[in-house]
Formats: sequence, structure tokens, C-alpha cells
Amino acid sequence: MPTTGNPVLNLSVFAVFVLITLYIVYRVSSRNVTASDYYAAGSSFTGAQNGVALSGDFLSAASFLGISGGIAAHGYDGFLYSVGWVVAWLVGLLLIAEGLRNTGRFTVGDVLAFRMKQRPVRAAAANATLVISFFYMIAQMAGAGGLIALLLNVTSKWGQAVLIALVGMVMVLYVLIGGMKGTTWVQIIKAVLLLLCVTLMSVFLLGKFGFSLSAIMQQATENNQLGEAVLDPGAKYGFSAMSKLDFVSLALSLVLGIASLPHVLMRFYTVPNASEARRSVVWATWTMVIFYLCTLVIGFGAMALVGTDKIAAAPGGENSAAPLLAFEIGGAVLLGVVSAVAFATILAVVAGLTLAASASFAHDVYANVIKRGNAEPRREIRVARLTAVVVGVLSIIGGIAANGQNVAFLVSLALALAASANLSTILYTIFWRRFNTTGTLWSIYGGLGSCLVLIIFSPVMSGARTSIFPDVDFAWFPLGNPGLVSIPFSFLCGFLATIFSKREPEMAAKAAEMEVRAISGIGART
Amino acid sequence: MGAAHEGQGYMTKAIRSPGEAQHEYREIRGFASFDDPETLSYVDSDGTPNYELIRQTDEFRVLRRRLTTFIFPMTALFLASYLTFVLLSAYAKDFVSTKVIGVINLGILLGLGQFVTSIIITLGYARYAKRRLDPQRKLLAEKTGVEE
Repeated sequence: MPTTGNPVLNLSVFAVFVLITLYIVYRVSSRNVTASDYYAAGSSFTGAQNGVALSGDFLSAASFLGISGGIAAHGYDGFLYSVGWVVAWLVGLLLIAEGLRNTGRFTVGDVLAFRMKQRPVRAAAANATLVISFFYMIAQMAGAGGLIALLLNVTSKWGQAVLIALVGMVMVLYVLIGGMKGTTWVQIIKAVLLLLCVTLMSVFLLGKFGFSLSAIMQQATENNQLGEAVLDPGAKYGFSAMSKLDFVSLALSLVLGIASLPHVLMRFYTVPNASEARRSVVWATWTMVIFYLCTLVIGFGAMALVGTDKIAAAPGGENSAAPLLAFEIGGAVLLGVVSAVAFATILAVVAGLTLAASASFAHDVYANVIKRGNAEPRREIRVARLTAVVVGVLSIIGGIAANGQNVAFLVSLALALAASANLSTILYTIFWRRFNTTGTLWSIYGGLGSCLVLIIFSPVMSGARTSIFPDVDFAWFPLGNPGLVSIPFSFLCGFLATIFSKREPEMAAKAAEMEVRAISGIGART
Repeated sequence: MGAAHEGQGYMTKAIRSPGEAQHEYREIRGFASFDDPETLSYVDSDGTPNYELIRQTDEFRVLRRRLTTFIFPMTALFLASYLTFVLLSAYAKDFVSTKVIGVINLGILLGLGQFVTSIIITLGYARYAKRRLDPQRKLLAEKTGVEE
């Protein structure tokens, strides 16, 4: 089949990337001894390095494959994702990055439990981290499945499952060998490669169409059955009252969820201080702006040159738009390069997620809940490594189950979970002095629980042709994305639970410390 | 820039004599901290900072006010602008479908406008933090004798 290019070439480009990065990971992490090395790379990265790595966390399979595919298939509605992804960084920059860096060490649990009762809050924070990371990881693994299907022309579900398992194992290797430092370097290398790749493709496409975005979009409309209507809103979400609400709900989850993802939050600990954390977000914002401008060109370019129907029919569906476009303009070699970069993004992001999940379990649950803060650091890291393996196995299973879903959409569910469980709690704990343990638990579990329940009873799970279980129907919640309900609900839970529960005068000193540290950075370097 | 300096100068003066005196004050503390209970009290005997006291200093209050008066209005601003874009896309289809440049419609331009505002706010905050927040943090660290 000509559209898959040359599987041997694709595989070898990818294998070279894996070998080089594994070598680098091995070299940089020869001294991964302390917990700080493993979880936070010894806080030794600069703002610029971490900024590129931060954007790397988002230049994932979901962004590169899912969003360019979303634009190629749905035009304007796909573009909404791009906008949300960029604007969301402002939440991280203005509200979260510095306060988090100043008050935590390794995990979200550090910040949330800072001035609360340690064990219940850490357990809650770890639960939220594990659930969110698991959803996000499934999305990445599903993306890997689609990509493999396209590249190696493996169309049987079993063959794809084996390849997803292989991807999962390589990513666990990165984490086990490299810890945070290795993972960050993989992230940096891949972000640079991906940015170069999309920028060159976009410039080439624009050049082909006389540097007119309008000309690309004009031709795109001719290769989409909706014609010019694909440039208007509604191609994916339609115009019923419910689908409009769904669109708004998705938009809200995007903008509030991105900076609340545990593996992104954890990145802020890899820099030495708050001003470097701030600089890293500034860097990330620039790279994201460039990247998402490029996805606009690439998405419409794929629609124009490949055509929506051909993309939908390809193995991997929507997710294959960018690789197909690469084949169209650069032949088998460019397809090989683009696919290798896309594979690399999946590996790097999943490694980051695995690290966040394992850190949360080892640092919050094992060291602080089970061992009550008296864990031996070496044992804690061993637990973290074991957890990484378990998380890897779970995500391989989940990825195989979700194989074939649009990855950007799956990610939006993870974002809704992150915004519901983490954002309200982090904001309250940093900026609202009265906030207490009861409020923390309610806002985490209220947000997480309501979000999960709504997902289970939404059309995503059952009752529709595109559901995960299309043959049964137990859906009663009409929206595909629960953010519109669950995010405000978690803010409300946290607020009400706090004002209806007792103040915690014994925590006053810790509260003062947190306020001073979060805002001024005094005492943060301890 | 000028205004920023004036503001800080004023705040310092309100608490104690101008810059040089403060510098001298700090010098002394290194040698004879026992004679200097006011400064000493920001750090407890075991070396941990007394956060409750630090929280009540004017320097900290100014810092907190400067921070919150920037980040909360800005957050409201960009959320409003983003939600306007989203709501227009969902509920004013004909309006955002208006063609502006070739087949590029108003909606796409509004979306790209979000990119521009994001850059502006990001750079604006970086600049504000450098000029109005970081110097104030330094002032606070100097007064309390507690470094980052």
C-alpha cells in the first residue's frame, strides 16, 4: 500500500531516535541517587530548558496528531482545540507556576497538604493524580496504536496491541533509567525536533500556496464534503442546543485543565526557583504559539492536499492526517521522519506521565501516608520505580482498549478531570487563608467524583455509535465533556465544605508560612 | 519605570529611613544580632523564619497587593476574552462566519487574536514581575534577613 510509505525506513528512523535518546538518558542520569534527582532532576534545569520541556509535555500525540487531524476533519471546530491549548498557559503563568514552585518539592500533594492534615489530603491528591494520569496516558497510547497502524500497515487489532505494548515498555525504560532528568532531556530533544518539523512543513505548505493561508483553506474546502461550511463553526459539534453546550464545556476544560495536569505541575519543580518557573512558562508560551499556528496550516494543508475522505479511510483515521500530509509533500522519507517524531512525542509524554504517577504514589502514598513521613529515601525511590512498571502495564492495557478513539478527545476528558480535581484545590489553598482540610477533601473528591460519574453516564461510554460500549445504553448525561458541570461543582464543594466546617487554628502557623512562601519565595529553598 | 522606583522608595521610607540607612542596618546585624531584637525576631532562635511576623510587614502586604491586583484582573480579562470567542463560535455562527480575508472568516481571526493576547499578557506579566514584584521581594528579604 503506497500511503504507508516504507515500513522498514519508518521503523529504522524511529529505532535510531530511541537508541540515541536512551543513550543520552543513560549518560545524564548516571547519578540518580537522591529523591530530588529522581523526582525533580535536582532542580537543576534552567527556565529556558524547562520551558521547552514544558511545551514538550503538550506537544504530544494529542496535539500533533489529534489536533492537526481534528482540523483536517472538522475545520473550525478542530481549531478550537489549538486556541484553548495556547490560552491555557496563562492560567499556569499567572495563578499556579510560582506559588507551586515556592511551596512544594516533588508532587501536587506537597502543595495541597502543606497546611492541611497530611495523610487524608496526600491520599486524596495521589488518587486524583493517578486517575488523571491514567486517562491522559490512555489517550497517548491510543495515539500510538493509530500511528503504528498507519506506518507499519498493521491493521489487525492483535498486531497493534503487540506494538502498543512495545511502546509502553520503551517508555518505562526511560523512566527507570532516567528519572526526571532523563525524561526532561528526552522531552527537550523531542520538542525541538517536533517544532522544527512542523515549522518546516508549514513554511513549505505556505510557500506552495503563495504564502496565503486563505488559498490553502480555499483548496481545503474543495476536498471536504461540507465545502465552505467546514470553515465555519459546527462541523463537528453541530447545532443542537446540547452540542453547543458540549462545545462550551470542552472549551472550558481545555483552558482550565491544561495547567492542572499533574505531570505539568511537577515540571515546575525541576527549576531552582520561582522566577525560573515563570521564565519557563514564558518560553513554553512562545513555543506553543508557534506550534499551534503551524497545526492550523498543517491541518488545512492535509485537508487540501490529502482530502478529508482519504484521511478518514486511512488506518488510524483522523489521527493520521499529519503523517499522510508528510507523505504527500515529502514522500516516504518525510513520512518516516514525521512518524518517528510523532512516536518520540508519545514516548516522551508517556514517560513524563509515568514519572508523575509513580512519584505521586511513592512520595505521597508510600512515604507520607503509609510510612508517615519516615520512609528511607532509597526505599521510596525503589517504590517509585516499581510503581512506574505497574503504571506502564496498566496504560498498555488501557491503550489497547481505547485504540481507535480520537486522541484529542480522550485528552479533553483527562483535562476535565484535572481541572475539576486540582485547579479549585490549588487556587483555594494558595489564595484563600480560611480554606481547610475538609474543604480540600471535598473539592478534590467532589470534582474528581462528579467528573468520573458524568463521564461514565455520558455518550462517550455508551448509547451512541461512537461510544466505547456502543451496544449498551446507560447514558443519562447529555454532554460528552463534563467540565461545564464538574469544574464549578468542585469550586462550590470546596467553598461550602470550608465555611460549614471548623476553622483549623492549629494550622495557623503553617497557613502563614504558606502564604509568605507562595507569594514572596522566602524560605522556599529548603 | 520611573513610577515604579518612586513607589518603592516611598514604601521604604514609610517604614524606616532611606536606602543607605537600611544597608547599614543589615551590616550591623551580621555582627551584633543580639543587640538588635527587631531584626532578629524575623528568624526564630532555631533559624526558621517567623512567617507570621513577616506576613504582617508592610513590605509583604505591598507585595501581596501588587501581585493580586495584577493576576486576578488579568485572569478575569483573558478568561472573558476566551469565553467570548467560544460563545460567539457556538451561538453566533453567522457572525463569526463573515469572510474577512479571502475565505478566512472572522472566527479564525478572533481565534488567532487569542494567540496575540496570550503573548501580550505573558510578556506583560514577565515585565511587571521583573519591575514591580521582584524588587519588592528583594526589599522584603533584606528587611527580614531571610533569603529565598
